[in-house]
Amino acid sequence: MLELTVFSLLNGLVYGLLLFMLSSGLTLIFSMMGVLNFAHASLYMLGAYLAYSISLKIGFWPGLVIAPLLVGVVGALIERYGLRHVHRYGHVAELIFTFGVAFLIEESVQLIWGRQNVDYREPAILAFPLFKLWGTDFPAYKAFMLAISIGIFIALLVVLTRSRVGLIIQAAITHPNQVAMLGHNVPLVFTGVFGAGSALAGLAGVIAGPSLGTFPGMAAVLGSIVFVVIVVGGLGSLAGAFVASLLIGMLQTFAVAVDYSLEDLFKAIGITTGQRSALSDLYTVTVAQIGPILPYLLLVLILIFRPTGLLGKREV
Amino acid sequence: MIDRRQFTQLAAALAAGCVALPGFAADPVRVAFIDPLSGPFAAVGSSGLKQFQFIASEINKSGGVLGGRKLEVVGYDNKVSPKESLIQLKRVIGDGIQFIVQGNSSGVANALIDAVEKHNEREPGKRVLYLNYSAVDPSLTNEKCNYWHFRFDANADMKMNALTDVIATNKKMKSIYIIGQDYSFGKAVAAAAEEFLGQKRPDIKIVGNELHPIGKVKDFSPYIAKIKASGAQAVITGNWGADMLGLAKAASDAGLEIPFYTYYAAANGITKAIGAGGVGKVRLVGEGDGNPISTAAWRDVLKRFKAKYPDEDFTQPRIANTIHMLALAINQAKSTEPAKVAAALEGMTYTSYWGDIVTMRATDHQLQMPIRIFVHTNKNIEVDLDNSGYGLATESAVSAHMASTPTTCKMQRP
Amino acid sequence: MSALAPARTRTTFVRRNAIWWLALLIVLLLPQLARSGTSIAVLNQMCIMVIFSLSYNMLLGQGGMLSFGHAVYFGLGGYFTIHLMKMASGGGFFMPLPLVPLAGGVAGLLFGLLFGSFSTNRAGTVFAMISLGIGELIAASSLIFVKFSGGEEGITADRTNLTAFFGATFRHELQVYYLIAGWMMLCAWLMYRFSRTPVGRMANAVRDNAERAEFVGYSQKHVRLLSFMGAGFFAGIAGGLFAVNYEIVTEETVNLVSSGVVLLQAYIGGVGFFAGPIVGAVVYTLLQTLLSNYTEIWAFYVGLIFVATVMYAPAGLTGIIMMHLPIYRAGKLRSLALPYLRVGLPALCCAIGVIGLLELLHFLSVRAVGQSIKRLFWVRLDVDQPLAWLVFAALALGGFVAARRMAPQLVSAWDAASRHAFAGRER
Repeated sequence: MLELTVFSLLNGLVYGLLLFMLSSGLTLIFSMMGVLNFAHASLYMLGAYLAYSISLKIGFWPGLVIAPLLVGVVGALIERYGLRHVHRYGHVAELIFTFGVAFLIEESVQLIWGRQNVDYREPAILAFPLFKLWGTDFPAYKAFMLAISIGIFIALLVVLTRSRVGLIIQAAITHPNQVAMLGHNVPLVFTGVFGAGSALAGLAGVIAGPSLGTFPGMAAVLGSIVFVVIVVGGLGSLAGAFVASLLIGMLQTFAVAVDYSLEDLFKAIGITTGQRSALSDLYTVTVAQIGPILPYLLLVLILIFRPTGLLGKREV
Repeated sequence: MIDRRQFTQLAAALAAGCVALPGFAADPVRVAFIDPLSGPFAAVGSSGLKQFQFIASEINKSGGVLGGRKLEVVGYDNKVSPKESLIQLKRVIGDGIQFIVQGNSSGVANALIDAVEKHNEREPGKRVLYLNYSAVDPSLTNEKCNYWHFRFDANADMKMNALTDVIATNKKMKSIYIIGQDYSFGKAVAAAAEEFLGQKRPDIKIVGNELHPIGKVKDFSPYIAKIKASGAQAVITGNWGADMLGLAKAASDAGLEIPFYTYYAAANGITKAIGAGGVGKVRLVGEGDGNPISTAAWRDVLKRFKAKYPDEDFTQPRIANTIHMLALAINQAKSTEPAKVAAALEGMTYTSYWGDIVTMRATDHQLQMPIRIFVHTNKNIEVDLDNSGYGLATESAVSAHMASTPTTCKMQRP
Repeated sequence: MSALAPARTRTTFVRRNAIWWLALLIVLLLPQLARSGTSIAVLNQMCIMVIFSLSYNMLLGQGGMLSFGHAVYFGLGGYFTIHLMKMASGGGFFMPLPLVPLAGGVAGLLFGLLFGSFSTNRAGTVFAMISLGIGELIAASSLIFVKFSGGEEGITADRTNLTAFFGATFRHELQVYYLIAGWMMLCAWLMYRFSRTPVGRMANAVRDNAERAEFVGYSQKHVRLLSFMGAGFFAGIAGGLFAVNYEIVTEETVNLVSSGVVLLQAYIGGVGFFAGPIVGAVVYTLLQTLLSNYTEIWAFYVGLIFVATVMYAPAGLTGIIMMHLPIYRAGKLRSLALPYLRVGLPALCCAIGVIGLLELLHFLSVRAVGQSIKRLFWVRLDVDQPLAWLVFAALALGGFVAARRMAPQLVSAWDAASRHAFAGRER
């Protein structure tokens, strides 16, 4: 029991921080431009695939640096030539545009790299178990993922709150017109933030690819969870995204460990349920079976009862 | 005005479509391959199509069917969608093709077996024969059995029967964990495992029986943690695709040393991804041949296939059986009329490239075949998978008679 | 005076609804043109998608609500209908097939009420996110609650086993076509009438300025909820017709891909017009069923078309057609023919070039060793030789440059024609 808890905690932490890396970029973009970037998860996928190709030709470590940069450039281009053009048609059009771009990026990746799983591996130097608790290994690569995620969080915090660029960005989030009047190139800031957010997504892809697998469906698998995270955390709040990522990471990881269903609850109270009833599926389904869909339940509940999210200040 | 334009648009497009559709060719005997050729499962589908076309060309080289007619396998993309498969079925019938082969997804198979039955009953002049080469849901040759459906892969129950036979001989095995995808196939595997183990080794405890949503789990380490906590000595799973990959990787990462008995833990990138971490641990139950290659004829086929498609492997040997037995049945029946071909297929015995003698059981149209347990390794691998140096070595074999399972099929014959 | 009035009303009634009569005629005669089994199947799919897309536009185009989970009502309608078909099978009770989609409609309506009760509190991004969450939940649940949804295999039924409808048992595709087409005409007409009712009009108002609509005295939430329920009702009917046509309903009817597809269809067709989704559904169905026979990367092309539509033609295909309407009315359409040709031909060359390059690129990643010949545009091309690549690249580049060169004269021709078209109005 203790072993399961400790490992679930560790795994939940790694997964949650990975979600944070993805959602931090999305939060930044949303804060700045009010547009929910559907293409974010596809950029994550693009990052993983690019890193795979780079790791084949040059190596993993150059890929760690180059792939996010490339993805950042792609993101900046999308913003500059796409989003800015569509902005005049309204929020709905922007949302639909990013949806279309997401679709297009996924198809392009499959066009170039094919539809198989690609063998994107962690570097040999990290492929060893870091420590062994109760007979189960904790891989060093996961610790590496943890380290990078925490590093990104600290870096973001420092840049946004202490650097000049960060202050301009923070100001442009709430008062874009005044910032423009002060002489700053606000459109350039927007493009830069979009590019930086995309680069973060790409970095998440580079890191998660070896661990979670690099295959055409990877964007779909993580995409909706990321939206859940930023909505639950509160749109526009980076700290909220952090809290929500950990919450959802832990929720999903721990739910798997719980094998109880409503039927068990009923039995504990003393109610017996018929086997053949139409709703028997509802009783017998265990928490572990529905673990991966718990975040969506959370999303719907939060949106009904607290649309600003846990730590958000903005109304959408 | 709008409708007029719509009308012209529509009419023009339809006209173009009708004209462009392939014409009725009397000469080659065509077989329609209805499986995904685009979308997330395109890799498996297009690989299967290549395997079919390769063996068909082998048949054509040695004379074809019905005294010189060529066998031609034509791909129809169904995007693993039951609805799309039904549309493609209509196209196939419209094109005058009388044989369809399909295998990816039991969901599609269920839709097709139903549609083929209805179509053959409603339009007896344009019957179609359905050769299922890979959909292993047992119900297709039990409750849902149908005269026009033939299955060429061992179904999930047969494989579990063979697997549990092998596990039963291991006296040290005391606890097993079952994990699978939460849908009909995963549940069938779990149910069969429980039933057969209960019959053969009631002393083995099933310490976990887990179903996870299909294709949604990103990180399998929580499940591995649970497996570890349960103290299981082996894992049985029917997972395939990304789910199998995730499970194997998480097990390898966590240093879980127990054997994994799987249905689909090989090829399509999975062998390469499992790599060194799975040597001696990951096992696979299935039909066909492993290393060492059993016959020179099969070795020859594999080598030539590899030469033609260096990035592919002949992952589904049953495909060779399927198309060969079809050709044989057509020749025996001296006709391509589905009812006659079906009659010829029933009860047919055939010797596969690798020496297995397989029989098409007439009661339920389930091919009876020997089943093997393969182990993932890199020792003595003559034919590897994913160009990785790792491949499947035959560990044990169960005869066709022992692997056979009874059937509840009550088929209505025309 | 009074003697004249009835006569005038009669002609204007026919005239006013001329488009509907014409559409009805086309729908009735279409199968005569396209007789093959495949064509009927494609037509059936098209009609179902038309109803589905029109119902979606009740939300998006008319109500301003962007939903990523509309397939939920489509799928649930389908499931309820197919269960009804199973129960009524064998003549258990009086249930002729044509009535069966109503079950789907009612299911869609009730679930629309259920989910709409909390979804429609606000529009905009929150609504979109809730719809996404519900969509994911229902899609995942359908695989877990197997008794209702049949799991991965879905639920099947036999449509020929119900009470005969004036002798028709719907064994033949053609009868099914007329059933579906009939429902489509009815639903389209009803949805059109709805958009003209006060509720429909207020939905437009709420879309444009919700706060102002509240000041006029209407609750924005109630208006949205009614639109939502209506959209659910018609989506449910479309789902019911799906069940009748395919005799099987699976998880793919509720999943996010279906929701995405209906959004694509409606948007490509044009959400600002009532007929937009109809055009979108027709075009998308044709692309999906026919295009996929000629290329493996058809989804990529659809994606390109979609993004291009969003960026350059946000009013959709119908919008483009409607743009030409005033010019047509002014009789100046012919003056645009030559400029269009001058831009269109190079643009076509550019498109061919781009398609060629994409197809060759894709071929590189899927081919066998020694296989270097690809059939494209009815010509055999050698992928390993630079010739094919150079030709397509030249077509693409040359076409693009030429089209851009020719663009100004199209713009000026357009300006001239518009001036003629609107000159009358300004006076």
